[in-house]
Order: sequence, then C-alpha cells, then structure tokens
Amino acid sequence: MPGETYRRPSDDVHPPRDFPGYRGTALRHPRQPLVIVPQTLSELTGPVYGHASVADADRDLTTRGHAPPIGERIIVEGRVLDEDGKPVRDTLVELWQANAAGRYAHRVDRHDAPLDPNFTGAGRALTDAAGCYRFVTIKPGAYPWLNHSNAWRPAHIHFSLWGPSFLTRLVTQMYFPGDPLLALDPIYNSVPDPRGRERLLAKFDLSLTQPEWALGYHFDLVVRGRHATPMERQHG
Amino acid sequence: MAELTPFQTVGPFFAICLGEPGRAELATNGALGRRIIIEGTVFDGSGALVPDALVEIWQANAAGRYAHPEDEQEKPIDPNFSGYGRAPTDDAGHFEIETIMPGRVPGPDDSLQAPHLLLGILARGILTRLVTRMYFEDEPSTKEDPILALVPARRRETLLARRVRDGVYHFDLRLQGDGETVFFDV
Repeated sequence: MPGETYRRPSDDVHPPRDFPGYRGTALRHPRQPLVIVPQTLSELTGPVYGHASVADADRDLTTRGHAPPIGERIIVEGRVLDEDGKPVRDTLVELWQANAAGRYAHRVDRHDAPLDPNFTGAGRALTDAAGCYRFVTIKPGAYPWLNHSNAWRPAHIHFSLWGPSFLTRLVTQMYFPGDPLLALDPIYNSVPDPRGRERLLAKFDLSLTQPEWALGYHFDLVVRGRHATPMERQHG
Repeated sequence: MAELTPFQTVGPFFAICLGEPGRAELATNGALGRRIIIEGTVFDGSGALVPDALVEIWQANAAGRYAHPEDEQEKPIDPNFSGYGRAPTDDAGHFEIETIMPGRVPGPDDSLQAPHLLLGILARGILTRLVTRMYFEDEPSTKEDPILALVPARRRETLLARRVRDGVYHFDLRLQGDGETVFFDV
C-alpha cells in the first residue's frame, strides 16, 4: 500500500492563479473552479531519479567554461524538507539563473546586456541523507521585463524539484535579502502571506562563506507533508 | 514543523535547465507495451498558442505499475520504463509525447482507474503549477473511471485524447475560456 495522503496547502500559501499585477497571468489562468479529487496511487507516486545521471561537477556553475564566469561568486546551500521538518533525501534539485549582467543564455532573452561565454546558468544536485544540497554559482543580475513601465525583476535564482511524489513538485524562485526591487516585483508579491514571501528570501550566512573566495547564502525548500499515520494519530 | 515554500512561475527561460522543445520520449528501447504518440497544442484564453509551456508527464507502465517504491502491487516493474517525461512546447505551442499505453491502476475504495497520464503544466504566467489528467477516448474503461466521474459531465471531454489513427492521439490543453481544460485540486 502507498503511504499516507498529503496535506492540502492553505489558500494563502501559493500565489493565486489570476494576479492582475503580473500581466502574464491574465490569459493563462483557468476561470473554472479546480475540481477537487482524492489522492490515488497515481498522485502518491512520482518520478524517481537514478544517482548515475548527476555528476558532482553539475553543482558548480563556475567551472564550465575556459575561464571563471564574471560576477560575484556565491555558495548557495540549504535543505529540502517536508512540512514535518523531515529531510527529503536523494531528490534532484535543478537551478537556473541569469548571469551577473542580468542576461539568460536563452534565445528569447533580448535584454541588451552581455552574454558570458563562461556561464550557462544551469546546475543540478542531489540532496544527501540530511536533505542538504550545495551549489557554487555567481550572483545573478537584475533585469528589465515588459510587464509594466520600467519593470525590473529583482535578482533571483529559479529552483525546481520533485520530492517523493507527484504532489510534492515545487518550482520556485530564491531572492536575495535587502533587494530594493522586491517591493516593486509583482511575481514576488503574488505570494499572499508576507511570511511566505519571507521564505523565498535566502539568508546571508557568514558560516557558509568561504574566506578569500565566496560569500554564502542559506535557502531551505519545504514541500508538502503527509497526514499523520493512524499510529501517530492514536498516540498524538 | 516547517512551512511550505510558495510556488513561483517557471518563467520563460527554463529551457536552459529543464530542456529544449522536442518530443518527450518515455518509451525507450525495450519498454513493454503498446507504443503510442500523443500530440497537441497548448492555447491561452485568447486562443493564442503558448510557445513557452512545460508539460510534465507521470504514468504507470503497461502492466499498471508505477516505477516508485510506494507502489507495492504484485505487477512487474519494467526496467526500461520510468513513467516520467517532460514535453516543452515549441514555437507553435505544440508538444509531443512518445510513450506506451499505461495499464490500469487502483483507485479509491477498491475501484480500478482507467488508463491515464497525470500532467503538470508550468509556464510564464502560471504562478502555481496546474495539474490535470489525460484519458483515452477509445478505451472502454474510461467511461467508468472513478476520478473522471467527479468531473462535471459536460467538461469531461476536455480530458479525453482523441484517436487520430492507430497509435496516435490528439490532446489539446486550453488554459482558459471555451473548452477550458479541467484542472484539479489534489
């Protein structure tokens, strides 16, 4: 039998599907209500990755080219946990970002800023037994977008992970503390709960910093947890 | 206790990490089962195609077993079939999935589900992932599927892939408006 079902998030955790401040949502959100369905074996299972496909080098974005990429080298480290605080081990964490000038190595990015031949901006890592991951990269730059007049995205790093099931899928963005663009960004501010927005901010962590080499940031990712097992209910 | 990390949009540049447009190939050499191709287009609320969506697929193998430790059914695992794929749309909003016809898996209360694919949809303009299911119009058990039965009858056909010819199915995703695809809260 599969494990217990997953708890449903409260309404203020994730952004609403229709968020007028972010113009892109206008024609891309369903108008009909979502249909509530039970969690079956299909949802309680999900993609499992083989260790063989991930190399250690994949988590260092600064050693791909002939020379180091331009920019401020940073270490981004954290844990993947579920809502009960249990580590999510052996899950693939994928990350992508703009370069230090605020430009993505993607054909549809037309921002007038230089590409860096030594920076692809993509990496991946598996979490260890304690749910920990670690990347070495450079701090991405802010960049303009066409959402509204003089719109700029705050510096951010995209994260993607699956966790143990189809229901624990998480795609999000990590931001940097103290960025003045955060208050102006509709994507960041689409998260209804201010505490939720705070959870999208990396924490500067001097203990992760490597002296004479790179600054360190801490960012935890928390995915859906399960309902208590009957046994726990009995004793809880 | 820990608090959930909120979703954010996958944005327009995910291809540099999650994959360039192209057919999602779930049925690698040697995968057991009837080979099928599912092709379709993603449309927005104005009827315009969506060239920057990512369709993620999760399905059982031909025997109706998931390649996952929590599926403990006594059915064979297929070492050549993971059940997972990613199909980013191309400039024409088109996606293509090459896979095998999934078997039936258990549903609620000792029921049996009809063959289906779980789909997750991510894109610029989608802040929180959309989740849906795809069923097969020409599969007799589709009519008695316990999850499809929870969908208002007039909207069920938005979840049915239409047989184009032998082994080829057509399935469009409409994010909004006329014929809007049913999305689930699960």
